[in-house]
Amino acid sequence: MTHELHDITLVVNGRSHPIRVEARRTLADAIREECGLTGTHLGCEHGVCGACTVLLDDQPVRACLMFAVQADGRAIRTVEGLAHGDTLSPLQKAFIEQHALQCGYCTPGFLMLGTAILEQNPDIGDEELIEILSSNLCRCTGYANILRAVRAAAAAMREEGVA
Amino acid sequence: MDGTTHGPDDARMAAGPGEAVGRAVTRLEDPPLVRGRGLFAADVNFPRQIHMRVVRAELAHGLLRSVDATAARALPGVVAVWTSADVAEIPSIPFRATKVQGLEPYCQPVLARDRVRYVGEPIAAVFAEDAYLAEDAADLVAVDIEPLPAVLDAAAPPAEFAPGLHTEPTIVRKGFGDVDAAFAMAHAVIELDLSVGRHSGVPLETRGAIARYDAARDLLELHGAAKKQHWNRDEIARLLGRPPSSVHLFEGHVGGGFGVRGELYPEDLLACAAALRLDRPVKWIEDRRENFLATNHSRQQRHRIRAAVDAEGRLLAIDDVFFHDQGAYVRTHGARVVDLAAGMLPGPYRLPAYRVAGHFRLTNKTPAATYRAPGRYETTFVRERLMDAIATRLAIDPIELRRRNLVATAEMPYPRPLDVLGSDVVLDSGDYAKLLDQALDRFGWKALRESIAARRASGECVGAGLAFFVEKSGLGPSDGVRITVDHTGTVELVSGAASVGQGVDTVLAQICAEALGVGYSGIRVVRGRTDRIEFGNGAHASRVTVMSGSATWQAAQAVRAMALETAAPLLQLSPEVLTIRDGIVQRKDGATEPSMTLAEIARQMGPNSPAMRGRTPGLTAEKWFWSDHMTYPYGVHCALVCIDRGTGAVKVERYLVANDIGRAINPMLVEGQIAGGFAQGLGGALYEEFRYDETGQPLSTTFADYLIPTATEMPALDVLIAEDAPSPLNPLGIKGAGEGGTNAVGAAIAAAVDDALGQPGAVTTLPILPGTVMRLLDRAAP
Amino acid sequence: MKPAAFRYHAPRTEEEALAILAAVAPEDGRILAGGQSLMPTMAFRMARPAHLVDINGVAAFGLLAAEGGVLRIGPCVRHAMLGAPLVGGPLGALLGTVRRHIAHLPIRTRGTFCGSLAHADPASEWCLVSATLGAEMVLRSVGGTRRVAAAEFFQGIMTTALAADEMLVEARLPLLAEGTRSGFYEFSRRPGDFAQAMAIATFTLDGGVMSAPRLGLGGVEDRPCRLPAAEAMLDGQPPSAALFAAVAAAALPGLVPMTDDPHRLRLAETAIIRALSRAAGLPE
Repeated sequence: MTHELHDITLVVNGRSHPIRVEARRTLADAIREECGLTGTHLGCEHGVCGACTVLLDDQPVRACLMFAVQADGRAIRTVEGLAHGDTLSPLQKAFIEQHALQCGYCTPGFLMLGTAILEQNPDIGDEELIEILSSNLCRCTGYANILRAVRAAAAAMREEGVA
Repeated sequence: MDGTTHGPDDARMAAGPGEAVGRAVTRLEDPPLVRGRGLFAADVNFPRQIHMRVVRAELAHGLLRSVDATAARALPGVVAVWTSADVAEIPSIPFRATKVQGLEPYCQPVLARDRVRYVGEPIAAVFAEDAYLAEDAADLVAVDIEPLPAVLDAAAPPAEFAPGLHTEPTIVRKGFGDVDAAFAMAHAVIELDLSVGRHSGVPLETRGAIARYDAARDLLELHGAAKKQHWNRDEIARLLGRPPSSVHLFEGHVGGGFGVRGELYPEDLLACAAALRLDRPVKWIEDRRENFLATNHSRQQRHRIRAAVDAEGRLLAIDDVFFHDQGAYVRTHGARVVDLAAGMLPGPYRLPAYRVAGHFRLTNKTPAATYRAPGRYETTFVRERLMDAIATRLAIDPIELRRRNLVATAEMPYPRPLDVLGSDVVLDSGDYAKLLDQALDRFGWKALRESIAARRASGECVGAGLAFFVEKSGLGPSDGVRITVDHTGTVELVSGAASVGQGVDTVLAQICAEALGVGYSGIRVVRGRTDRIEFGNGAHASRVTVMSGSATWQAAQAVRAMALETAAPLLQLSPEVLTIRDGIVQRKDGATEPSMTLAEIARQMGPNSPAMRGRTPGLTAEKWFWSDHMTYPYGVHCALVCIDRGTGAVKVERYLVANDIGRAINPMLVEGQIAGGFAQGLGGALYEEFRYDETGQPLSTTFADYLIPTATEMPALDVLIAEDAPSPLNPLGIKGAGEGGTNAVGAAIAAAVDDALGQPGAVTTLPILPGTVMRLLDRAAP
Repeated sequence: MKPAAFRYHAPRTEEEALAILAAVAPEDGRILAGGQSLMPTMAFRMARPAHLVDINGVAAFGLLAAEGGVLRIGPCVRHAMLGAPLVGGPLGALLGTVRRHIAHLPIRTRGTFCGSLAHADPASEWCLVSATLGAEMVLRSVGGTRRVAAAEFFQGIMTTALAADEMLVEARLPLLAEGTRSGFYEFSRRPGDFAQAMAIATFTLDGGVMSAPRLGLGGVEDRPCRLPAAEAMLDGQPPSAALFAAVAAAALPGLVPMTDDPHRLRLAETAIIRALSRAAGLPE
């Protein structure tokens, strides 16, 4: 079996990471191990739980369902890129204030999914919001507070004129 | 106080919200977690680490003829491959202390020896430079198994476990009163056959174990630990022949526990042994398929239960025979779930006579153990089904029937001649009838019945149901907390507890802040580490807030007293006129001068302070809270469901959990526990099940087959936290809140589905699947 | 759950892609488009292709255009693109409705329409759309191009007319005439889960009666199917709950479900009735 290595560049949160990986290395593993950004979590490695959700060219994707070589040069955003210095994003703040996390393992995936929702459709209706948030699994919270947090962040962003 | 050793300095916390306690403050845990800076098991890395991959049985039962690792060992990058011969000197994984005898031969070896007994059982371990490579090598290990018939039904007669041993290690029997006489004189006897499906905690983070050996200090470290660090440390040390002080366990962030995470599993021992022998740090991260196959399952029981009642529906006796499907081996819990089921089944009802026989049976499935509300989720379903059946038989309203049987407040504390987990059952406090009224009122039961009638008239298939439950929490015997104020005024709290993500740090900090007179947000909480505190009983059985919370209260009171005593002479005031606010010792009457900060006091009490000569320095205190009895939270679940006649799908539209927990340290976190617990109960009621085919092959090994509820499945959930019955057993009056959200979900939804179908007693099995509901709908159709 | 090693190929043109596929097909070479079905099976090591030909770099494969009465869908068109705003008209409305049932948003941004067809899971919504509307598949290899109708393309559970060295380079969905009504219903345990039964109905209403009806059923048999006898019962009739129930009841005996669970047939019946009712705008 071949173990060819590929030289690629992952651009994560605006920073370039020149790395060398096997073609079979998933984007999630490369972000975590080669780039050292362990905020992207692996919950199932078969695309169902959503803990590894990242934004690829601003679209939410499962990082376990892409090979790192496929993301060469593309713009990747992860949970580590949400805050600006010490200032948390409105969604991060809302997650804390609404108690939208317990163990915190699914949180990065929900934050990235929620960020995509708020960027693409800040006025999203409840039905569609629940439908999209059903993309990811949480085992601790029962989801209601996650929904509240996304709504609260949308309201905060409207108030601040961010959206 | 009965059953509790309270120190002389034990002041009860005043009722009502305080400065920090009783307030819905945000969590100390959250900032790193929302920034992706947590430290979960997979985030732990050490230089030169190698990766472990476990080769697992793909047959449910068979004789292990050979394991050939030649090809795997030859693969470049493979450091070692172990089979059972390589770990022959490591004893089987033990179980915690229990009165039940004879379980030892049924414990699981670290690697299978001559038989495999479930799909997923570890057979060999591969160690390689990279996780991908380790998996490549594991694929090359050739395993030869001669198949044996698989035992899959725990209610079938026992079969052979090993020569001379059959698959029923024990029968747990409990009881009191004259059951036979009660049945002989009964007005009616109601008999049911009820089953609960196999499901489990399935945390979002899989297990992980990262072991390294520090030869310079002769220390073995295990990272990725959770729940029971100290017990696990002691056992790992014993099994590997080392003194306990040379082994340390470290808990980072834990991505959910729910009972299954943090038990001692074969992989923990393998990683530790390999780190010692191979002289490299060893990292093992369970993958999701392994998690479904290898981490504890739970719940599967079949009950044949009978009740004897009088003409008014009062219980005279319950006689229950149940079969507990333990899976392939006895794990660290021993027969605990059977014990809990047998001991907790009577719940909130006055019961003159009771007899139970819990058959603890092994099958060729993944071993089982505790999962949130263990033994209670199952028996609340069984007991509340029974109460509904009695109501139907005697044509009594099911709510009225329950009222007639509830233990009254005047009877509290209510001793029941039973023991659970080796502790006598004494329902410590409660006003069951009041909470039932509050719940019905809050759920709008009367109006709901009317709206259900109207909706049925327009063709909808809707129904409501409820269930009462009693939980148990605060399992002793002890837990300790050490609180220290350093020379900068920073408070550190070191606890023997653990955290599985539920907010332990915040809750302990709130209690400490309340007692000490400091802000909670600056308190540094240390837990889950054996190198910082000598003993600890960990995080399980809804015990942390009760046990470690009470120890925190006492330790913080002691530190407070020390601070006041030290400050008083320096401020030339009596300690009685002083208090601590925001970390500053000052007069109680509000005058701001004179004053002294805790930092200044800590410096006064430092090791180089002349004032401390001859004394142990430090503004610090360690207190241990002891308890012989558990506390018993209780509650009511109400469900409104709608059934789709075209598909059989059950939609839970509205749900209420009313739960009296004595006192909520942080109401927001309590609601979070209840909501999350409910979601798991909902999973077990309608969605989650580990299914097997007739050969014992597991069918639920992906998240597309094992269905965890998503945001869509969650109904509008209301949580009523009651504080009407504080526990007399601890200074805070608290009872645990971790499991009440889960406990009665199966029971309440079953009752609601019966009601919607108009077929009392129709639901006999959990989970309630659309196909089953469809058959029931067809049965009712003209 | 780490995939086995493979050789990675990233062609930039269709010709290059076909040439590589021809070379690697005998060694279990596979096309990698969205990867949302392939990668999970590789993670479980149930698939261990020796070569992957990643076609995401072939610009022409992003083709999505309505021309000559058909919607032309190239191999790299993602689920999320099908429907508004990129596809309009009655077909766009139907695709947009169906799209919401395909897994979840972060899958829909990667997974492809043609990939779903080539994968041919009986629970695939796009396969049902293709079978019901009578899509035409364009199959190409270095040896030439074939056009295959949906009815011949789907041959069983994850089995299609594609040869190992052939690529589905385009799917052609007939546009729906203006005024065409459509209805879709799917039953799955949770949203985004595999369909246990689903149906699509399309027709126009002329003077209160249905004409040009199409009715397709998926997730029940080993491949999606049209139900011509049922369509004949609908043609020329006014829509009614009674008719739809009769049509569904008549369709059941002819079905060969993948499972012997009787529930599956009940779900099929419900799916047919509800898809028709939705198309007709009748209460379900």
